[in-house]
Amino acid sequence: MTVSPGLLSLEASATLTSSSWEDGVDSVLSMQQIGKSFQPGVPVLRDIALHVQSGQTVCLLGPSGCGKTTLLRLIAGFEMPDQGEIYLIKRLVSRPGLVVPPEQRHVGMVFQDYALFPHMTVSQNIQFGLFRWPLAWRRTRLAEMLRLVDLEAMARRYPHELSGGQQQRVALARALAPAPQLLLLDEPFSNLDVHLRQQLRAEVQSILAQAGITTILVTHDQEEALSLADMLAVMDQGALVQYATPDEVVRRPCTRFVAQFIGLGHFLRGELHDTWIRTELGSIPYAPALVSPMPGPQVDVLIRPEHVQLCSDHCGTPVQVVHTAFRGSRKLYTLRLASGTTFCALFAAEVVLRTGEAVRVTWQPSDLVVFASADSCVPPAHDRCPRSSTGRAAL
Amino acid sequence: MVSHPGQVVSASGVQGGRWVSIWSLLALTIAAGVSVPLLAVLSSFLTPAGDVWRHLWQTQLLELILNTLGLLIGVGVGTVLVGTGLAWLVVYYRFPGQTLFEWGLILPLAIPAYVLGFVCLGLFDFTGPLQTLLRGLLGAHLRLPTLRSYWGVTLMMTLVFYPYVYLLARAAFLGQGATALETARSLGRTPLRAFLVVTLPMARPALVAGGALAMMEALADVGTVATFGYRTLTEAIYRVWYGMFDRPAATQLASGLLGFALLLLLVERLSRGRARYIETYRRGTGVTPTRLHGWRAGLATGACLAVLGPGFLVPVGQLGVWTWRTVQAGQLAPTFGTLLGNTVYLATLATAGTCLLALVMAYASRLSVSPSVRWASQCATMGYALPGSVVAVGVLLPLAWLDHTIVAWLAARLGQSGSLLFTGSAAGLLFAYLVRFLAVSLQTVDASLTRISPSLDDAARSLGAGTGRVLRRIHLPLLRSGVLTALILVFVEVMKEMPATLLLRPFGLNTLAIEVWQRTADAMWQEAAAPALAIVGAGILPVLLAVRLSVRR
Repeated sequence: MTVSPGLLSLEASATLTSSSWEDGVDSVLSMQQIGKSFQPGVPVLRDIALHVQSGQTVCLLGPSGCGKTTLLRLIAGFEMPDQGEIYLIKRLVSRPGLVVPPEQRHVGMVFQDYALFPHMTVSQNIQFGLFRWPLAWRRTRLAEMLRLVDLEAMARRYPHELSGGQQQRVALARALAPAPQLLLLDEPFSNLDVHLRQQLRAEVQSILAQAGITTILVTHDQEEALSLADMLAVMDQGALVQYATPDEVVRRPCTRFVAQFIGLGHFLRGELHDTWIRTELGSIPYAPALVSPMPGPQVDVLIRPEHVQLCSDHCGTPVQVVHTAFRGSRKLYTLRLASGTTFCALFAAEVVLRTGEAVRVTWQPSDLVVFASADSCVPPAHDRCPRSSTGRAAL
Repeated sequence: MVSHPGQVVSASGVQGGRWVSIWSLLALTIAAGVSVPLLAVLSSFLTPAGDVWRHLWQTQLLELILNTLGLLIGVGVGTVLVGTGLAWLVVYYRFPGQTLFEWGLILPLAIPAYVLGFVCLGLFDFTGPLQTLLRGLLGAHLRLPTLRSYWGVTLMMTLVFYPYVYLLARAAFLGQGATALETARSLGRTPLRAFLVVTLPMARPALVAGGALAMMEALADVGTVATFGYRTLTEAIYRVWYGMFDRPAATQLASGLLGFALLLLLVERLSRGRARYIETYRRGTGVTPTRLHGWRAGLATGACLAVLGPGFLVPVGQLGVWTWRTVQAGQLAPTFGTLLGNTVYLATLATAGTCLLALVMAYASRLSVSPSVRWASQCATMGYALPGSVVAVGVLLPLAWLDHTIVAWLAARLGQSGSLLFTGSAAGLLFAYLVRFLAVSLQTVDASLTRISPSLDDAARSLGAGTGRVLRRIHLPLLRSGVLTALILVFVEVMKEMPATLLLRPFGLNTLAIEVWQRTADAMWQEAAAPALAIVGAGILPVLLAVRLSVRR
């Protein structure tokens, strides 16, 4: 069992700024202290620092309106930062008062609505960015791109004659054709249905891998982010709250927001003792030496559905089944404790529990995530587990 | 190592900024140039003209203002109702003749109001064919209500100006696609209610723009109201100018008229609000028209005929008959070919110039967020609301001053005086056309430019295209139909334009419109028919071109 090093630190900036600026110089993209507001006094982005290494895929993840698209547009050069600097391969491209225009940045972008030019064929769209290339190279590159996105048969079609998935692949090929230093994807899958989305996600991933390109992708869909990203940048209200690998973000979320936004997390009240934390689901051992100073005896402990097990009558804690939903090949149960606190548990599909039934469960966390108790905090809004984290388009 | 590429960045960074400011600068220059005549008219307020004002107020000013207001309201309501209604029928329904009407309903655009006016007066005259026929059928005491009234003038103008609304409304309905309408129907609205609560509000910018154009036309018209004896402000300016030769008083009235024009512009801008109506290109299905049967189909066909008949078919037929008689009698003026050539020449030059300037202005206001460019483009559209005669005065005053300055300078330098550079050539007239018709092309180009999603610009720029290339490769091709509409509208407008031509034409340069004016002033209907028919015919050609291109699209 490991204990999160970021434990109890509600401010993420400490961990973020610990990576030195010198590291960032070797990055494809690095930015420091980026701030942006469209109306005075209403910041959209606050003090963002981000370094992207060559070949990585970074997902900007956050709820709607957290500023992730604005950050993308700053990187592309469509907006000017109010403060901070952006470097693309060691070259200063943005700072207050100076912006290298987008056409001089060699940054490819795929837009949410794809922005295909409706009056041009697939070939013409893909070749649009190659106008400075010699004709022979242009032809070769077009063929290469068409093969990459598997659209050789559609070269002469117009965008409106293509399906949504095909349109997206054209947009991708068009952005990749001029061999940009960096590729930006703005909610690339939001216009597609779930089946297509999953299929395209895999396709896009393989295309990006083949192209070997550094990519920044904006999404509000955590499943998408977790499956595509090498690095996750979780944003909340204009701030970058955690920048780490998906694994790290899931196992060691550094704020309550991240803990609840990624994965299905609920909090249990806990009481801090010498070497254990007492919760309603039993006592959890912990090593106080690994933990920075604890403010008080009251803490909240993160509980993930994967870590809850059913047990026999003689052990565990009694709970009541509130709700059931299939989730892939398993079932997600919403359970209620005697105190009224609800949490989620993931059991095999063969387990059949009726709503209202009383069962007993135990809890074995693999990573202990503890935050100082926030009595003033509003408890989680839903007392039911969502059926699917990507349920938006499916329903 | 942190490098210091600040110098490199500042060079390219400034370049991006400079492009924007070049466009803004161009827009501001055009706006300034176009505003010169307006300022010249406004400055007439500084010349004391108290006596004239007192006289006007005592005799007719209130009546003139009320008449003008009444006409504007009547024409505005009439054209929006007729234009929107017909566009709705043609886009959403199939009925006998629908495909013909779809483009045929644009045809009245080729007929100037003053031509329709004199043809109808000729037809409805006591001695005209209609009354003669009715008297023969119903008895000698039959009297029809006179056309020389408020309702007559409003009807004439509605019949010829509704295509402004029709064209824009139809384009807006087609551009919306079916998705919004179907969403509304899925939410329980009937087709009619869905049209009223979704389609119409979405098309509102187009409808209001069309209505504003029609009302500006009505405000500028001199020929019709003069022939019908309906007294408006514009007509009074004309009378003061020619009757009393009192140029200061005429310009005083003109500056008062500017108030009406500003009011119209304000209405147009306010109703658009701050909303940016952006239409991503049609991904969903287009509109699927409903087929009408039985009496409904008959009613639809009848409605189209009821507008197209008196607005185009009957007057063109009558003009044809009169022209035929003239040719038969060998009375066709020998100068006819020259008149036609002059007209087409002037119209082509003015149209090309106007649309080029409109493109620059519209593009500048898309690129620049600065309010000064927005303001400039609004300034540039004011000339259209002014009557041609007033624009002519506004053009004449500064150009005459310029000419005389140049002549004086030449005389001082070379010891000999040259000819008058601007007022002596067609340059002044072309300038007046630019001032007057920039609004037509700018509104059309601007409307279709705002329909292009900004993400297309962004996509092109992220692919390395500079502003110029974005304009050439993305906007111009996508704007083609919009620019074409603008070209057609301006061409037809210039051909019809009468008062400014009358005042500014260089000596000896006559056009068809002037010929019509001179003949109708003498009530020689039949003699005016041939040049009028030529104006109508030339006006039809671009309309047909528009039809071909819109079909191919």
